[in-house]
Amino acid sequence: MQNLDNEERRRWMGILARAPLGMLEAWAASDECPRRPFRFLRTPETGLVMVRARAGGTGDKFNLGEMTVTRCALRLENGPAGVGYVQGRSHRKAEIAALADALLQDGALRDAVLRGLIEPLRVRLDAEAARVQRKAQATRVEFFTLAREAGA
Amino acid sequence: MSAPDLSTIGAGFSDPVFASQRIFRGALEALSRPGRVVTVESDAQAPQGLHAAACALALALLDQDTTLWRSRTLADERIGAYVRFHTGCRPAGAPGAADFILCTGTDMPHLSELACGSGEYPDRSATLIVQVDALETAESGWRLSGPGIRSEARLAVAGLRSGFLSEWKANAALYPGGVDVFLACGARLCALPRTTRVEA
Repeated sequence: MQNLDNEERRRWMGILARAPLGMLEAWAASDECPRRPFRFLRTPETGLVMVRARAGGTGDKFNLGEMTVTRCALRLENGPAGVGYVQGRSHRKAEIAALADALLQDGALRDAVLRGLIEPLRVRLDAEAARVQRKAQATRVEFFTLAREAGA
Repeated sequence: MSAPDLSTIGAGFSDPVFASQRIFRGALEALSRPGRVVTVESDAQAPQGLHAAACALALALLDQDTTLWRSRTLADERIGAYVRFHTGCRPAGAPGAADFILCTGTDMPHLSELACGSGEYPDRSATLIVQVDALETAESGWRLSGPGIRSEARLAVAGLRSGFLSEWKANAALYPGGVDVFLACGARLCALPRTTRVEA
């Protein structure tokens, strides 16, 4: 395997995990997607994972709840292995995510996949997050409290 | 336990559900007709050192609720990583604590060391998957008798360490407890359930 920056891989796997299926499908069908034969190491399978959290990011750990995750692993012919862990039950989504992960580990193809898939996905996810935040901000209420008089 | 290096792990079944069911059916067939040699069809890429039948059995029978102990000849980390990745089974610290034993005929643990279940729970006993050098139905081989065999069956096995037959006799005395054995060679497998009597 090439000298891989783990942070970099974590970033693209996170983006792939949240990507909408439509955009992944469009990329897989387009000329942007390098056609490489592969074989599944583990065919897509759906299961539950327990999401853990800390209140305020610093409190005690607690189980927030279970979420549905689909995972799969595949290897390019004579190439690196890719892993897909995605939100939801779509087997196709896990497959494309794993394929993209494998292609991204191939130094010769990485830039093309980053440009063709990961960057547009990032822009889309950022815009979506910003939209949700704007909506939440619009309902924000400011409370003004006057100090009570002593003895009241 | 570190994450396995995926670049060296072979593929599992291309169709896990139906392949596992087919292998399980083959294992049942072998167990219910002791001495019958069953050929398994598996498209899993077994790691080096593991026979196709032993690999297919492991993939079909193991899961995250089972523990596995591997003998010294199969202690290669590639085999361990492969089985863990595809089945999620946990490694056992000692043969006596394992639900499944994966070994070769030459370094099979002593049968009396293994979990043999209890009168109330005879199912809590170990199952051995033993790789041998040769396995065939031949007049020169062992004489098998017991449930599932009309009169007697013949089975020739090569590559099994000495002392197995006397241990097997002691195993039969534990009934309803006792271990069950799968013998695997290449893509063929044969089973010796605890009820089968074996004579040389």
